[in-house]
Amino acid sequence: MNDKVPLLETREVSKYFGNVIALKDVSVSVFDGQVTCVLGDNGAGKSTFIKILSGVHVHDEGELLVEGEPTHFRSPRDARDRGIATVYQDLATVPLMSIWRNFFLGSEPTKSFGPVNMVDVKLAQRIMHDEMGKMGIDVRDPDQPVGTLSGGERQAVAISRAIYFGAKVLILDEPTSALGVKQSGIVLRYIAQARERGVGVIFITHNPHHAYPVGDRFVILNRGKLLGKWERGEISRDELVKMMAGGAELDQLTHELEQAIERPAAG
Amino acid sequence: MSNQVTVAEPPGAPPPTSVVDDRLAQVSFVTKLLRRPELGAALAALVVFLFFALTTDQFGTLDGAANWTDVASTLGIPAVAVALLMIGGEFDLSAGVMTGSAGLVMGLLATELDMNIWFAIVLTFVFAAAIGFINGMMVVKTKLPSFIVTLATFFILQGVNLGVTKEITGSVRVAGLSEVSGYETAFDIFGGSFSTYDFRITVIWWIAITILATWVLARTRVGNWIFGVGGDATAARNVGVPVPRVKIGLFMTTSIAAALVGIMIALRLASVQASQGVGEEFQYIIAAVVGGCLLTGGYGSAIGAAIGALIIGMAFIGISFSGWDTDWRFLFLGVILLLAVLVNNLVRRSAEGARK
Repeated sequence: MNDKVPLLETREVSKYFGNVIALKDVSVSVFDGQVTCVLGDNGAGKSTFIKILSGVHVHDEGELLVEGEPTHFRSPRDARDRGIATVYQDLATVPLMSIWRNFFLGSEPTKSFGPVNMVDVKLAQRIMHDEMGKMGIDVRDPDQPVGTLSGGERQAVAISRAIYFGAKVLILDEPTSALGVKQSGIVLRYIAQARERGVGVIFITHNPHHAYPVGDRFVILNRGKLLGKWERGEISRDELVKMMAGGAELDQLTHELEQAIERPAAG
Repeated sequence: MSNQVTVAEPPGAPPPTSVVDDRLAQVSFVTKLLRRPELGAALAALVVFLFFALTTDQFGTLDGAANWTDVASTLGIPAVAVALLMIGGEFDLSAGVMTGSAGLVMGLLATELDMNIWFAIVLTFVFAAAIGFINGMMVVKTKLPSFIVTLATFFILQGVNLGVTKEITGSVRVAGLSEVSGYETAFDIFGGSFSTYDFRITVIWWIAITILATWVLARTRVGNWIFGVGGDATAARNVGVPVPRVKIGLFMTTSIAAALVGIMIALRLASVQASQGVGEEFQYIIAAVVGGCLLTGGYGSAIGAAIGALIIGMAFIGISFSGWDTDWRFLFLGVILLLAVLVNNLVRRSAEGARK
C-alpha cells in the first residue's frame, strides 16, 4: 500500500500566524480508497490543516504534494480544480433550494436552443437521482427543498455532488459534530461509500468513536503538532480515545476523580 | 460517552434502505401546488376580483379590466424585478423614485437638448443601469444592508429630481414631450393602448417581462444562482457562484425596470412631475411579498409578484369604483402585507427546517 503515490501528501508542513505557531511539521499522506481521519481537540490545528489542504491558507514551510507533485494552491478554486473538494459542515447546501438545484449550483448543465442557453433540468434531475442512488439514497422528488432533508442527508447531497464533479480527495470538516447518534451513523456510511468508490477521504473530527469504525489511518494533532499516526489495526479504539484525550492527562484526571468521589468514574 | 456509532454494513452490502421519508413517496398534485410560492397570492387575487366584480357594475367588464390591468402593469413591471432582487437577498428602496428620475432624464434630454426621443430613451436606460450598478457595488463592497444603501440613493435621487428640475425648468415638471421628434412611435410602443376597450400596451410589457423573469428563474443558470445567492451566499460562493456579479446585475435589472415604467408614464402623459414615483417602492415590495417572496431572500416567484401587483391594481380601482375614498387603499395595502408576511413565515418554516 505504501509504495503507491499518495493523492495528497504533506511533508513537514508548518503555518504561522504572526508569532503563533498554528501548525508545525505535520506530515500526512492520503491515498485513494482510504479514509484518513484527522483527530484533535479544539485548537489542535485541524482547521488550519484543512485550510492548507483546501487552498484557503498557503503553508509557510514544508511541502504539499498532489499526486507526487509539489504544489502551492493559490485559492480554494485552484484546489478544487486539482480534484480536492471540501465539504463544510454548515455551509454546504442552500436549505430553501431543491435538491437538484443544490446539486448543480454553480455548475448547471445546459443545452442550447440557437443562441439561448438553458439549464437542462431533466438531465440535472436524472444525474442527481443516479448520484444520490450511488450513496444509497432514493430521491423520489427532486424538487424537494434540501431544508426538509435530515442533517445527514444534506451532507450526503454535498458529498455526492463533490464526487460527481470529479473530487479525488474529499475533505469533510466535522461532518458529524452537529448531528445526533443515528444521523452520524448515516454520514459514516456515506463516508464508507465514498471510499468504496475510490475517493481519498480526509475525515476531520474530534470524536474518536466516529473515526474508528471508518478510518483506515488515524492522525492525531495536538497543539499544532503531530501526536501520532497509525494504520488501522495498529491501534485499538480505547487507545485512540486515550490518545485523543491526552493520554497521561486523562489517567491523571480519572485517578483524581476516583479519589474525589470514591467510586469508579463512568467510562 | 453515549455517542458511540458503528457502521453496520460491511463494504459491498446492499445500499441502506431509502432514508427519504416513505410518506413523501407520492408527490401529489396538492403537494406540488402548495409548494408554489404564488399560491396564496392567486387565491387572494380571486377573492379580490370576485368581491369587486359582485359589488360594483363596472369592475367585471372589459372596460373595468382595462383600468385595473393598467394600474397593475405599471406596478407589476418593477415589482417583478424587485422580486428577483428580493430572491437574491436584497432590497431596493430607490426603485420608486427611479421611475421619476428616468422620466425626468428622458424629458430634459428631449425638451432641453432637442434630442430625438429614442436617443433620449437609450441614454435614460444607460443612466438607470449606472444607478443600479452603483447601488449594487455599494452593497457588495461595503456589505452594508441594501435597505440603508438604497434608502440613501432614494433621498439623493429625490433631491436631485426636484432640485435639477426646478433649476432648469423653473417649475416642478417637465412638459412638452409630445412636440419632440420621434414621440409618436415611442408613444405607440411604450404608452399607447390597444383594442376597443383601451387596454394599455404596458399590460403586454408586464406579461412579457413576467414570462421572461419566470423563465430566467426556472430555466437558466443565472436563475439558479439568484436562488443560491439569496438562500445562502456563503454556500453559493463555496460552489463557485459569482455572488457579487449576480447581486450587481439584479440591482441594475431593478433600476432598468423602474426606468422603463418611468419612460412609459412620461410618454403617456407627455410630461413628468418631479415628485413622480415617490412611495411606490413600497408597493413594489408589497407586491413581491404578497407574491410569496421572503424578506430574507432565497425564495419567491416572478409570477407571484405579478399577481401581487394585480391584487394591488384591482384593489385601487375597485375602491374607486365602489365610490369609497381612495385613501382607504393604504389600509388595504397594510392589511394584505401583514397577511402575506404571516403566511410566508409559515411556508418558510415548513420548507426550511421541517426535519432538522
